[in-house]
Amino acid sequence: MTMPDRAAVAAALIAVLAVPLALAAYRMIRGPGYADRIVALDMLTGVVVSLAALTALATGRGAFLDIGLGVALINFASTCAFAAFLERKPGPR
Amino acid sequence: MIRPILATLLLAAGVAFITIAGIGVARLPDVFQRMHAATKAGGIGTSLVVLGVLVAGGVAEPIGGVLTILFMLLTLSVASQLLARAAYLSGAPLHGLDRDDPLAGVLDRSGGPVDLATDLPQKMSHECRAGVSRPSPSRRGAGRPRAPCDTGSTRSTPAPGGPPRNSTQARLMHG
Repeated sequence: MTMPDRAAVAAALIAVLAVPLALAAYRMIRGPGYADRIVALDMLTGVVVSLAALTALATGRGAFLDIGLGVALINFASTCAFAAFLERKPGPR
Repeated sequence: MIRPILATLLLAAGVAFITIAGIGVARLPDVFQRMHAATKAGGIGTSLVVLGVLVAGGVAEPIGGVLTILFMLLTLSVASQLLARAAYLSGAPLHGLDRDDPLAGVLDRSGGPVDLATDLPQKMSHECRAGVSRPSPSRRGAGRPRAPCDTGSTRSTPAPGGPPRNSTQARLMHG
């Protein structure tokens, strides 16, 4: 029994990850309120971190893991900032 | 020999969790349930994928992956708590509660009541509408009285130049 190549496994999983990417994009476009779009942004960045990690596996370059770390950092800061804006926003929603 | 199998299992489980989280984000009915799907399932799925990449080996400098897992596990709960508080205070609709809102007297909620999901544009109360439609001599007068329900939360600061006149202007000023 031969194990499949790790680049092939990573490519297949990247192709599967297009599904949650599309679903989160649907919620980002459709979602009726601001909070829905912020949740969709959270989901999108989670998918992007996974895509960066799988790209690191496919190419063998450790810099893609650092890209994932940077996206995770930006995700935390942006979610906190958007939550603060949403909390101070007057008017409906 | 066991290591690539374990890595493949971790990667497949992580991608499956992320896919389930995406389905939840797309299909669940209100903001808090979507956040529940995105934060928990999405966070554990992403952590599993990065852990699978680390277990597989062959990556030059894997310290970024370890830091990514630690950082995501630490901060996703904090971010979702902040976002849920902001969404509740801003009046996002709640669906599927089988009893009263348990935070009703605790946090000041500026939106409509629970399960008010259909008539979104008419969420301002009567006092607020009366206060907004009060005639004022100048658009940006400094001494204009505040609308009674302008405070969205206890920590909200009034906008410079008085409260917004209607929702369109509020969206222009703050959105």
